[in-house]
Amino acid sequence: MDSSRIYDLLILGGGNAGLCAALAARKAGLGVLVVESAPIHFRGGNSRHTRNMRTMHAGPLDVLTGAYTEEEYWQDLLKVTGGLTDEALARLTIRGTEGHLPWMKQHGVRFQAPLGGTLHLSRTNAFFLGGGKALVNAYYAAAAAMGVETCYDTEAIDLEIEGDRFIAATVRREGARQRLRAKALVAASGGFESNLAWLREAWGPPADNFIVRGTPYNMGVVLKLLLAKGAKQVSDAMQGHCVAIDARAPKFDGGIVTRVDAVSLGIVVNKHAQRFSDEGEDFWPKRYAIWGRLVAGQPDQLGFSIIDHKSMGKFMPPVYAPVKAASLGELASALGLDGAALEATVAQFNAAVRPGTFDHTILDDCRTEGLAPPKTHWARAIDSPPYYAYPLRPGITFTYLGVATDAKARMLMADGRPSANIFAAGEIMAGNVLGKGYLAGIGMAIGTTFGRIAGEEAARHVRG
Amino acid sequence: MSAGEASPRLGELIEEAQRVLAICNACRYCEGYCAVFPALERRLSFTEHDVHYLASLCHNCGSCLYACQYAPPHEFQLNFPRVLAQVRKQTYKRYAWPAFLARAFERNGLAVALLTVACLALFFMAMALAGDPARLFRAYPDSEGSFYAVLPHGAMAGAFAVVFAYVILAFAMSFASFWPDTGELASEFVSPGSSGSATWDALTLKYLDGGGAGCTYPDEKPSFARRNFHHLTFHGFMLCFAATCVATLYHYGFGWKAPYGFWSLPVLLGTVGGVGLLAGPAGLLWLKRRRDPLLVDPSQDGMDLAFLALLFLVSLSGLLLLALRETRAMGIILAVHLGAVLALFLSLPHGKFVHALYRFAALTRFHIERRRPLPEIGSE
Ligand SMILES: Cc1cc2nc3c(=O)[nH]c(=O)nc-3n(C[C@H](O)[C@H](O)[C@H](O)COP(=O)(O)OP(=O)(O)OC[C@H]3O[C@@H](n4cnc5c(N)ncnc54)[C@H](O)[C@@H]3O)c2cc1C
Ligand code: SF4
Ligand code: SF4
Repeated sequence: MDSSRIYDLLILGGGNAGLCAALAARKAGLGVLVVESAPIHFRGGNSRHTRNMRTMHAGPLDVLTGAYTEEEYWQDLLKVTGGLTDEALARLTIRGTEGHLPWMKQHGVRFQAPLGGTLHLSRTNAFFLGGGKALVNAYYAAAAAMGVETCYDTEAIDLEIEGDRFIAATVRREGARQRLRAKALVAASGGFESNLAWLREAWGPPADNFIVRGTPYNMGVVLKLLLAKGAKQVSDAMQGHCVAIDARAPKFDGGIVTRVDAVSLGIVVNKHAQRFSDEGEDFWPKRYAIWGRLVAGQPDQLGFSIIDHKSMGKFMPPVYAPVKAASLGELASALGLDGAALEATVAQFNAAVRPGTFDHTILDDCRTEGLAPPKTHWARAIDSPPYYAYPLRPGITFTYLGVATDAKARMLMADGRPSANIFAAGEIMAGNVLGKGYLAGIGMAIGTTFGRIAGEEAARHVRG
Repeated sequence: MSAGEASPRLGELIEEAQRVLAICNACRYCEGYCAVFPALERRLSFTEHDVHYLASLCHNCGSCLYACQYAPPHEFQLNFPRVLAQVRKQTYKRYAWPAFLARAFERNGLAVALLTVACLALFFMAMALAGDPARLFRAYPDSEGSFYAVLPHGAMAGAFAVVFAYVILAFAMSFASFWPDTGELASEFVSPGSSGSATWDALTLKYLDGGGAGCTYPDEKPSFARRNFHHLTFHGFMLCFAATCVATLYHYGFGWKAPYGFWSLPVLLGTVGGVGLLAGPAGLLWLKRRRDPLLVDPSQDGMDLAFLALLFLVSLSGLLLLALRETRAMGIILAVHLGAVLALFLSLPHGKFVHALYRFAALTRFHIERRRPLPEIGSE
């Protein structure tokens, strides 16, 4: 890190998007400096926690089975976003993924067959061997070998932008400030999901009970600066990926293991022991990202997923042991719920269950009748002890509020014109593609596509 | 066996392993690295024996530590390879036979190994001196049957037969208590399918490859160095062993007495094997010294070092014996070589070598399980 120098390219954030930009720009001959706010062990932001990338392919490709066409991918995205997506940028992302696979392998990323319990993703999602941290490690190693300079423990805290042009960034390292100049900037510092104060601003007091699933370092500093200095905004601060996870998870960085996949097998009640939503509306992976908001809407942002002996072990094992009891009354007292209320809720539910043939692999005919809210699939009476419960809280994965970009990954200014030398990639601009909702594995697709484009376009800009 | 019988130290370790296994089972990102992950995913919870079994499937290659988003300094403090390494030492102790020697796994070190070699070598020297002192320091041409001129063949063969029988018995007894704890039948172990696949995995060191690119050993950069040095060590050892077997056959079957000519089968096998057995352990030791400290269980350094040093010494003294067998130094080198070989064999049941026994048993179980349908533990 040298403040007397004018770098070709400064990249803020060393997660997947920033590293893809670094590799692409360095390949094109630029002198690249990556500034990463986390210490080396926690480098790689949320990318460190990922497991796969949704990938388009015309036929079997590497670990991917069958075919997953651009059209099908696009329709899947359209469905989850309800149309809140920029079709051109979305299709650019989708089309990019097919070529990413070999490019990623070239840079040391390795793939593996879908993990046990995730066979339903074998056609659409390519899994990283060792997960996202292995991917991030591979990229850092490749970047170092190519001569990319990296600074850890270094946070960007201010930006000098004149009109639509980036001049310099101020970074803080070990308490000291330095001004770094560069001919181009890639903003790849993630969303603001780690910033509890900002979450509270957006969500109000319920945000205090949110758990941040990933990195504690995505404070949204760069995002806020860019928006304040003339960038055009996409999406809004309440949009993001928010799932129901185990309430016992650590406040930050608990990652994938804190999820609870038992919801569709039983019922979910709030702290008043009342049900509040259809637990069997659709397959769990499709509903996963909806329950975060549902729990966020409940008093104290608490939910309890309750199952009985029949369902134990029929879902991916969660990391925390369930609360277990021989009767519903005991379960309620262990959970701090009103015993009579829980018994009543379960009795009412059980009475509404219609006979059917249980099959968790299809949308079966086990449902309730005359119950509000209903349970439309996989409804079985909760009547065989022991009973088990998992406490739930909203877990925020990442936020969608971002800066608008064009197809060259150039950041757009408020008037809609592209900035001269500022590019954005990854979470910080994911809202262009994801206005709302989520499609498993698209975060890495967006970051890889726009990271690579940002690196290449920055090189084109700098080299002229 | 119930956890109640376990020592508290073991109990804590098993609990830590169970904690870590539950995290890995919920995560599964490392599935493609080795056999441990597919094996653990068949379970919802982990008994003490599951822990021993899974630990013995692990090579301590390190891949799953570098890949782990929960590795220290993360608050989950997940260091899977190290926990499994610590468990393995407890496995060795727990199933050791004779059991009163189990403490050797704590004390085993270079000093003990060398002292044993020295004692045994002195014993052989004393034996030779007791006959005719002059013979020990004389030079013999091959034609005079140099070795047996110093030490009677019967004494050498007798000592080795006894030690060899002890080693076989010790391993059989350890295995006989380990295997039933897995809950698998003895008949499953001998079924050729599973033990055949396990043999293939063991001979090729299939899982010592970090899922294809090589192990992260000694550091984060994947490499095949450890697998190659292990191959040199193991196959070098087997060639030396084969040399001994052929020589025994020559002696008793055909009445051909040692020493054998340089181009004879025993000497060729022994020489090639000996070179492997020099390079292999030396390489493993060299890698070990550069090992990422995060991954090692320092309390096992002594045991590892002792084993590698003994292998090296056996090979070195054997090759020296070949080179100098017609000189006056032969008698002393012979005594040292015999001492080293005997010390090595005596240490086998209570030293690093036992990893081979448990690894093989674990691999066999892995293949037995693999043939069964996946238990219905659902998906996400
Ligand atoms: C538990 C979990 C699992 C996930 N699984 C998947 C999955 O399987 N597939 C998928 O596609 N997506 C997944 N995602 C989403 C995915 O992680 C993100 O979409 C993607 O990683 C974003 O990459 P990025 O490079 O934009 O951000 P990040 O990887 O978060 O990188 C941003 C980097 O910027 C640094 N930074 C922040 N502020 C500053 C600053 N001011 N100065 C300097 N540096 C700064 C941070 O330290 C961080 O390293 C998951 C997310 C979580 C939390
Ligand atoms: S070692 Fe870490 S990354 Fe690997 S499976 Fe276990 S928890 Fe997951
Ligand atoms: S250290 Fe290597 S062999 Fe052991 S569990 Fe991890 S990946 Fe498997």
